[in-house]
Amino acid sequence: MSKFPDDLKYASTHEWVRIDDAVATVGISYHAQDALGDIVFVELPELGTTVNARAEVAVVESVKAASDIYSPLSGKILEINEALADTPEIVNSMPYDNGWFYKMEIDDANALAAELDELMDAEAYADHCAND
Amino acid sequence: MAQHTPLFQKHLDAGAKMVDFAGWDMPINYGSQSEAHNRVRSGAGVSYVSHMTVVDISGIDASAYLQYLLANDVAKLDDQGRALYSAMLNEKGGVVDDLIVYRMSFGYRLVVNCATRLKDLAWMAQHSPGFKISIEEQPKLAILAVHGPDAIDKVCEILPADQADAVRSLGNFRGVELDSWFVARTGYTGEKGVELIFPADAAAALWDKILAAGVSPVGLAARDTLRLEAGMNLYGHDMDESVSPLAANMEQTIAWQPQEREFIGRAAISRHKQDQASGGLPHLVGLALEQRGVLREGQKVQSDRGEGVITSGSFSPTLKHSIALARIPVDSQSCQVEIRGTLTPVRIVKPNFVRFGKKVFD
Repeated sequence: MSKFPDDLKYASTHEWVRIDDAVATVGISYHAQDALGDIVFVELPELGTTVNARAEVAVVESVKAASDIYSPLSGKILEINEALADTPEIVNSMPYDNGWFYKMEIDDANALAAELDELMDAEAYADHCAND
Repeated sequence: MAQHTPLFQKHLDAGAKMVDFAGWDMPINYGSQSEAHNRVRSGAGVSYVSHMTVVDISGIDASAYLQYLLANDVAKLDDQGRALYSAMLNEKGGVVDDLIVYRMSFGYRLVVNCATRLKDLAWMAQHSPGFKISIEEQPKLAILAVHGPDAIDKVCEILPADQADAVRSLGNFRGVELDSWFVARTGYTGEKGVELIFPADAAAALWDKILAAGVSPVGLAARDTLRLEAGMNLYGHDMDESVSPLAANMEQTIAWQPQEREFIGRAAISRHKQDQASGGLPHLVGLALEQRGVLREGQKVQSDRGEGVITSGSFSPTLKHSIALARIPVDSQSCQVEIRGTLTPVRIVKPNFVRFGKKVFD
């Protein structure tokens, strides 16, 4: 597994986002789960709620600490990863695939372009982690 | 920069993430904390804990000195190798440190905490005049703690046959001197096992043998969740110099008898006992949160009798929910904890959660 997959965008607060047409999938990075250690609870947003970019949207509790998760983009919550309720540890083992957090609908293409500009590509994010 | 222990490279080889712990480079985790924790509950794990301070006391007044210095009574140690857990109190009845004292062929061996090393040594020296004793720190000794249901078998596989026999026949809280080695059935996990105290130049070879025997390395983080599940205090968190042992679930470690034994802090904690009986001094309890959420040190507790605070809290890998130690008013019947801005009801239980791999509270 790559620690910094090329097809994702990353927030400075260590969330990742994958865009497929008008749907964005959000999770936390390898670096984030490694820093948190064993994850034991993930509190996800309600379906149908609208969230703004950089707003608190979820909470991760590991054995070590609690950490707020910020939405990298604005949009409406379409789907949450139900598997995290019983097997939160998949965030540790598969942060970029089975360990995703939620999917959101993007309806404003102009806003999306501006918000994506605020995010980093894999190379920039790897540098960001090296200096974290 | 933190000091490297003799096992620094061995920890890195085992995949450790290192942290500075009171001036020592110590392993916090070797991969997953929960996996290491579970290995101790179900198999065997080894922790390198040589950052702890070993102090040997000898001389004709060694017993009298320790009977004055410690809240527990070394007169209970009626046989060589026997171990006793005790608080060392100040005159105000606060806890200077908690420690294990062993009776040895030469006198007594104390194992005290790491972060408290300098103040402990100063405290011991300050109270030694008038006693014919020698106080000797042993910085060249290493300590390995091997615990879990398979731990004693694994250690005995490695030791020479006659030493293995001696270790196998040890009862709980008993130890045996084997030349320059000392092996004792003591620990900080709530599982069976031994602590090995031996010359540090043998540490790397022994570490390799123990890992080769199938024992998993256990970092400081898993050690903390293990001791919390076992309801054992951590100095500087569950108690310190401002906290009475009676407010830290240490009443059982105070030897009130014989009444004529004068020990440092006795007068103060006698008053604390009266305060507690009238509700003026809080006590340390266990808390269980059997739903989502994690109790953390420092969170406020609101009980039907007043306010309190969590002194240690974590997710329990064995119980799969959160547990905590909390100092709250005596006679509290119900309480809530403020978790991230929300008051959440929790259950008050005995401060002892897991022993020998099993849940022990109702």
